[in-house]
Amino acid sequence: MIDTRQRGNVAGREAVWRRITGTRHAGLVVALALLAVIGLVTVPDTFATSSNLVSILALASTIGVITVGMTFVIIGGGIDLSVGAVMALASVWGTTLATQSYGPAVMVLCAVLVGAGAGLVNGVLVAYGRLVPFIATLAMLVAARGLAQRISEKKTQLVQSANDVIVSLSTTRWLGLPLLVFLFALVVVVGWLVLNRTTFGRRTYAVGGNPEAARLAGINIRRHTMYLYALSGLCCGIAAVIIMARTTTGSSTHGDLYELDAIAAVIIGGTLLSGGRGTITGSILGLLIFTVITNLFILNGLDTSDQLIAKGLIIVIAVLLQRRNALGGTS
Amino acid sequence: MLEVRNIVKHFPGVRALDGVDLDVRAGEVHCLLGQNGAGKSTLIKILAGAHQPDSGTISFDDKPIRLATPTAAMRAGIATIYQELDLVDGLSVAENVFLGHEHSRFGFNRRGESRRATAGLLARLGHPEIPPDAEVGGLSPAAKQIVSMARALSHDARLIIMDEPSAALAHDEVANLFRIIRDLAAHGVSVVYISHRLEEIREIGDRVTVLKDGRAVASGLPAHDTPTREIVSLMTGRSIEHAFPDRTGAEFGDDVLRVTELTIPGVVDRVSFTVRAGEIVGLAGLVGSGRSEILEAVYGARPASGTVTVRGRPVRGGPHGAVRLGLGLAPEERKAQALLLDQSVAANITLATLGNHARFGWIDRRGERAAARRLIETLDVRPPDLDRPIRTLSGGNQQKAVLARWLAEDRTVLLLDEPTRGVDVGARAELYALINRLAGQGIAILLVSSEVPEVLGLADRVLVIRDGRIIHQAPAADLDEHAVLDMIMEGSAL
Repeated sequence: MIDTRQRGNVAGREAVWRRITGTRHAGLVVALALLAVIGLVTVPDTFATSSNLVSILALASTIGVITVGMTFVIIGGGIDLSVGAVMALASVWGTTLATQSYGPAVMVLCAVLVGAGAGLVNGVLVAYGRLVPFIATLAMLVAARGLAQRISEKKTQLVQSANDVIVSLSTTRWLGLPLLVFLFALVVVVGWLVLNRTTFGRRTYAVGGNPEAARLAGINIRRHTMYLYALSGLCCGIAAVIIMARTTTGSSTHGDLYELDAIAAVIIGGTLLSGGRGTITGSILGLLIFTVITNLFILNGLDTSDQLIAKGLIIVIAVLLQRRNALGGTS
Repeated sequence: MLEVRNIVKHFPGVRALDGVDLDVRAGEVHCLLGQNGAGKSTLIKILAGAHQPDSGTISFDDKPIRLATPTAAMRAGIATIYQELDLVDGLSVAENVFLGHEHSRFGFNRRGESRRATAGLLARLGHPEIPPDAEVGGLSPAAKQIVSMARALSHDARLIIMDEPSAALAHDEVANLFRIIRDLAAHGVSVVYISHRLEEIREIGDRVTVLKDGRAVASGLPAHDTPTREIVSLMTGRSIEHAFPDRTGAEFGDDVLRVTELTIPGVVDRVSFTVRAGEIVGLAGLVGSGRSEILEAVYGARPASGTVTVRGRPVRGGPHGAVRLGLGLAPEERKAQALLLDQSVAANITLATLGNHARFGWIDRRGERAAARRLIETLDVRPPDLDRPIRTLSGGNQQKAVLARWLAEDRTVLLLDEPTRGVDVGARAELYALINRLAGQGIAILLVSSEVPEVLGLADRVLVIRDGRIIHQAPAADLDEHAVLDMIMEGSAL
């Protein structure tokens, strides 16, 4: 008995160790390292500068926060196409003259609540209205974008100087990094903890991996599904605050095609699109790979069209490699 | 015409076919009998090219053949009509019939020709009234079956495998089905006919092969005059006598589970019964008799009218509410309904009771693992490794993990649906002992099994289910296997 207990512990420790060193993410780490090497070789004087690294992280922050929510939704067996539009809506709502008159705290609260509220609508439509997630969130994508245009009258809304506290998330630095990078890190850490250390996270895997088993185990899968979309919306609200800080604006054009980048990052990170399997760490690595590629193309002065082609190739290659690994692992 | 020799097929954790032989002559209706898990579906899938055997040979027309894909089987002249008909609902009848081998010229379908050919086939099958242009999704189950058969004929199939074709049919439709089968046989087409209904086999079959535990225990029996008793004992005759625990002297408490007038329209008809604390009640019945549906309805997993109470409190709000009242279900399809195959043994065990190991949603991982380890040791799950993915365990150990899920906290009622399906013989005895022990702890247990000896051996009281009703109930000690089999099979035919 003592024997098995020790063995169990060793196995547990190995699993933890594996997770930390990221054997399962080794491919992603190598890919990221490779990109860094390419950067150091092609643009040695601009790539490894602290200002460039900061700009990569700042760029990654917005979609990064969205990616955390997206990871939950996809592991839970769904998909959220509305993230970019919901973020735009939240940024617009958070920067209307009316909202701004109450000060920065209300602006943040408003953006976050609008995001969570839109996510909740997605969740209710999917979980209780039994709409296919693709359709429900596609409808939200279109409608949220439209509502954002209507509220802003298609104008870009500036964050007023009285509310500069929000912009200071981007301009104030701590340990050399803008505060919003810490906000991003906080979301990632909290997301990781929720996914790996709470009943909510564990049930997310169950609901996505085998909904019938989850239901028969007494999990309220509809309510859980609803929460997942609300969580994704909440992340969009936080992302809206970050984009307000970075661009000092709220606009209905923010976040165009973010949903594709976020989904791609999650997929590259090894999360199964059919649900039940995936990690936050993988998604974030996937996102960083995407962001660094963008950065490299810009620094090298290359065409953005080529950048899109490269990204497309990377998605395909990443998934093909993962499938080979998965097959090798089971046989 | 078809000669199958010594086919062996393994699935992870279970040997589904263990050296099966099968001989089918030209123009005969050959019936395949066997209980659930005997290997019938695996054998069919191998003949249909959907599974590959691990070893063994198949010859057709005295020539050895390899059925590498469903298409290869089709080309060889073997067509399979599955229980769940594999038709495309959105396409027309003619399009379904010629799906995959369309009449075409330069890539354009010659739809007129397909329609004419389809009409011809349907007429041959005695159903000229089915319009070749109708969308298949709108047809009745019987008509769909005719379309499936037309598809098989369109391939010039010389061997047609029918998996429980009568299951979805009404009385007169079955008669038409038999007429078609006879007609096919008269034209030299062989039919492998699978059914649970002995009466049908007597009526339509020429010879019978009985499968049991992945082997053919009898082949080539005459279908018309082999005594029922002999067939039944071949189906149930056990290679190893299971050690059922001794239940005499078991003591029962109060009524814990009370089911009143439970009704699922068309499936279950006003079923009422009670289960006492510490009592094991077995439901005996055929697949489709409503036995599993009763279990699922009791658990709130299937909408039904009537009331279910646990210690006087009504079960509401689906499985979620049932679990809160102390019910637990080990479902019929372990992999599809119970397990998270990618997850660890520990995560599977604690899935339903995770809340007990958490404060404000935060999992106490040490407590969770300790509880899982305790259960693994109590139930002797092997290997005793919490972090191993559950898919790598054998069927018996997976089933133990499913039971462990409900033992992580005190349950009042356990619903066990086919608890030993896909479990090898050795592990069964352990599961029996475990179920006995649970009842000894005062848990009320409601058990469903296709294997009548299992119900009789484990349960204190047996409810015989046929056509969604309880037709008989008695203490298990007062019943024997043949009596129960007679009851559940009788009249289940036409």
